[in-house]
Amino acid sequence: MPVIEQKPSDEQSVTGSAAKLKVVAVRHYGRWALGLVVLVVLAAIVHAFAVADIQYSVVWEYFAEPTILAGVLHTLLLTLVSMALALVLGVLTAVMRQSHNPVLNWVGTGYAWLFRGTPLLVQLLIWFNLSLIFKTFTIPGIYSNSMNAVMTPFVAALLGLGVNEGAYISEIVRGGILSVDDGQREAAAAIGMTRSKTMTRIVLPQALRVIVPALGNEFIALLKYSSLAYAISYSELLNSANKIYTANFMVIELLFTVSLWYILLTTVFTVLQQVLERRLSRGQNRRPPSLRSRLTTNLSLRRPR
Amino acid sequence: MTGPVVVAEGVRKNFGAAKVLQGIDVVVTQGEVLCIIGPSGSGKSTFLRCINHLEKIDGGRLVVNGGLVGYRQRGDKLYELRDREIVKERQRIGMVFQHFNLFPHKTVLENVIEGPVQVKKESRASATARARTLLERVGLAHRADAYPREMSGGQQQRVAIARALAMDPELMLFDEPTSALDPELVGEVLDVMKDLARSGMTMVVVTHEIGFAREVGSKLIFIDEGRVVESGPPREVLTNPRNARTRAFLSKVL
Repeated sequence: MPVIEQKPSDEQSVTGSAAKLKVVAVRHYGRWALGLVVLVVLAAIVHAFAVADIQYSVVWEYFAEPTILAGVLHTLLLTLVSMALALVLGVLTAVMRQSHNPVLNWVGTGYAWLFRGTPLLVQLLIWFNLSLIFKTFTIPGIYSNSMNAVMTPFVAALLGLGVNEGAYISEIVRGGILSVDDGQREAAAAIGMTRSKTMTRIVLPQALRVIVPALGNEFIALLKYSSLAYAISYSELLNSANKIYTANFMVIELLFTVSLWYILLTTVFTVLQQVLERRLSRGQNRRPPSLRSRLTTNLSLRRPR
Repeated sequence: MTGPVVVAEGVRKNFGAAKVLQGIDVVVTQGEVLCIIGPSGSGKSTFLRCINHLEKIDGGRLVVNGGLVGYRQRGDKLYELRDREIVKERQRIGMVFQHFNLFPHKTVLENVIEGPVQVKKESRASATARARTLLERVGLAHRADAYPREMSGGQQQRVAIARALAMDPELMLFDEPTSALDPELVGEVLDVMKDLARSGMTMVVVTHEIGFAREVGSKLIFIDEGRVVESGPPREVLTNPRNARTRAFLSKVL
């Protein structure tokens, strides 16, 4: 290597020994200051709650209290069953809206419009008070009973949540169906598949990839919306807490207990959603990262490479 | 037996006000390879799609495998076929698309056995054995467990051909099978198609590969503005085009 007899200029020192150079990152003083302000505000809020007249031990005390646990079970039951109803209604409606039959198409569209256009709480109250206009519930020749006996708080909550959620799910499923390329339908037709077989074997499985993440969000939303069943006195989680705090006046404490439960359930279902999404991404080039890898990336101090 | 597999008489098709096909006449006999060339928008793909009833014709007669496409004639009336009957007819016609249209959620093997198992109710074991033979034939036996997206376009198109062949079709339709491929991948697909033509398969191929048409085609038609402008043996049409429009088109693509 030729030695150049020259005072090293800035440029030469950079190119010559780049490996030894230390890189000084830009210092973001503004971020530091802003971060500090946010931390101070946050600390003030935490402090306020810490010194407030709240007995935190009570929050924990009631966490596994039988009434609360029963409420948790009822919330889960209500959410699961109404989600199942919503899925059936939603898929059915979405497929109806793909139908060549104008009546089916129109009814499907009307259902989605009606139940998405009115508030859930109003719908719950209507279901619950249905006995005011229909004294008996009758399926001709099969079943008959007084409406009050049929429309228990659970049934009203189930119908209210399920039928409402079904309208939203129908939109999600419809979007998923429309997201599948027309070429897939043609390819299925070309190997002699019927329309219904094409839907169940080719279109819906592919639509699921789009639908499932959205359904996961809907399920978690439904879990929280199920607390509205409180208004029609179904003994779900919030209602159970209400029974306790009307007796002991620990209102905020029990609402915190309830919140803890909702956060716990939401987190658990988020994890399940993640697992399911990975399962469904077969044949895709890009697999969504696992929750664990997401967490390790997000929690590690190193920058992602 | 050498009978006509496709007979088109004055086939017409409109998309709204656009007259896409304005009277197509053509006959394909068994074992023939009909190549269709023409400018884009000329209606050649639409005609191909009419043959297996992906499009419904608006006029004329189209007879495939001895039956009217989409209708049953009784006396002087044409009765529209039900979906199930149309589906039955399609089983005898294989189709290969420009964009492959493999099922992305299924492996290569699952793509190939889907038709035999789900439509023909063939046992999984026998369908799988046949599928492996077909994949061998298109040179992809080693990729049986891959997903379509893990493969090159040329490989995907060869799987698509195997998938169509798995239904034991009497007629194969190719809709610009190499147009979406990188140039270096065109050859491998054409080789599979040549092999298929040599084995005696009746084929209708919409293509821009003039070389393929010349080498493999037994008949060539040039379609422009929804009409057959010129037809004949490929060598003749390609070397001595009589029509001015054919000449103009060939001067651009050759």
